[in-house]
Amino acid sequence: MITIALFGALAVTAVVAGALVFRVDSMARATFLLLLSFLAVAGLVLMTGLHYLGLVIVLMMIIEMVVMAVFMIMYMMNPAGLMPMSMFHNTRGSAVVAATTFVALAGGALLVDWPVRGGRPAPDLTMALGESLMGGQMLTMMTLGVTLFATIVGTVVLATGRGRYDRLGDELDAPESDDRDRGGVGR
Amino acid sequence: MSTALPLGGAALLPGLLLAVTWAAVAADAVAAGRAAGRPVSWTVALGLPGREAVRLLVGQRRRTAAGDELLRGIGGAALLVAALMAAAVLPLGLRPVADLGPGLVWFNAMEVVAWAAVWLVGWGANSTVSLIGGYRFVAQGLAYELPHMFALITAAVGAQSLRVTDVVAAQQGLWFIVIMPVAFVAFLLSAAAMAFWGPFDAPVGRDVAGGAAAELSGVDRLVFSTGRWLLLVASSAMAVPLFLGGGHGPWLPAWAWVLVKTLAVLGVLIVLRHRVPTIRMERWTEFSWVVLVPATIAQALVVTLVVLGRGGI
Repeated sequence: MITIALFGALAVTAVVAGALVFRVDSMARATFLLLLSFLAVAGLVLMTGLHYLGLVIVLMMIIEMVVMAVFMIMYMMNPAGLMPMSMFHNTRGSAVVAATTFVALAGGALLVDWPVRGGRPAPDLTMALGESLMGGQMLTMMTLGVTLFATIVGTVVLATGRGRYDRLGDELDAPESDDRDRGGVGR
Repeated sequence: MSTALPLGGAALLPGLLLAVTWAAVAADAVAAGRAAGRPVSWTVALGLPGREAVRLLVGQRRRTAAGDELLRGIGGAALLVAALMAAAVLPLGLRPVADLGPGLVWFNAMEVVAWAAVWLVGWGANSTVSLIGGYRFVAQGLAYELPHMFALITAAVGAQSLRVTDVVAAQQGLWFIVIMPVAFVAFLLSAAAMAFWGPFDAPVGRDVAGGAAAELSGVDRLVFSTGRWLLLVASSAMAVPLFLGGGHGPWLPAWAWVLVKTLAVLGVLIVLRHRVPTIRMERWTEFSWVVLVPATIAQALVVTLVVLGRGGI
């Protein structure tokens, strides 16, 4: 009974907070409503007994949404609230996509025969997850890691205004850089 | 195997944390007086937290024009609640209030709430200096969080468990500070940075008129600064089970060792605050990324090799 009530509360929070993201007139509120929605989903993951994964979702989502807040405000549509703000675009197309996805998923959940559980959960789910990631899924994770790393390096290279040739000269032989903000290790 | 305290421990925990916080505030006042050349006596200092709390409770709350009161309130409350929740996995003696399997992840997840909280408080006031303080904390957070995570991971690798009581049990013979000194130093620095304390107080710095806390007064300021102090106490208390052997030690009972060690760590942080000036953001950020992150990764590697060499996993 408590489990069902908790599930309902978390599910409703996730959906309502997610919908409110598009109703509020403030990028800060939109960001943190999205965070609330993610935290409710993390609560649902915790309810399935996956404690490690649930807590990692909490951890990563908070960090991610705080960083996201910086960018959402940097690019926000109503600087200082001077212009009306709308989070919508392509409303008709997205309504069709959303409705189709919902019908497909809900229909699938209701119509398909659910498989009977075979086997039992591992005694230590965190250990089982780690063994899977470091064993059978190692190739997937390595590919993912290298891809993400290459993306980060590529984005920084494309986005930076001053690279090492600007800082240290064409031959990289300047004794020290002419940075306006000197860092902490004296490069 | 769960070894949580009985439910009464949960009621006891906030009181214990507040008592340690009270002592830390008093010690900080004494240290500040000594640094300023106007010594404050211990009797005055011990009354200070209570007097300050009462003063703030009766003080008027300041409201700024077009501020986001909701977000500011959530930010202040979240700081306080997160500090208490983070402390739930602290072993008081040898047993914590909640002995969670992934206890270290829980602790870290609660700590990063401070990130969101300080930014929200800075944003909510609709004031420039507050906002600068909030953004400074986000930048500081990006710099401290990775070394902090690697320090936590190193302790977990050493104990081969994410459960805090297992980490304590693994230090029955040798404290982790001996085999992972770099991780300990990184943890201590990041604990101070997390509570925007000591040399890392730029988010509430005087150069921005109090930064994120600039527009706080009355009960808002009381909640915010209590949350900040509790966060400092909780994160320095966490250094004890992670690196300083937890409740293990001769003669005294476990709870007394935890208390003594926690107060010692807090003492170090208080001395640090009054000895070292505020570090500028760009200096700390670069130092953290260029020195601390590689150093903590190397530390984790060394500890992993030691564990494997001993035939772990």
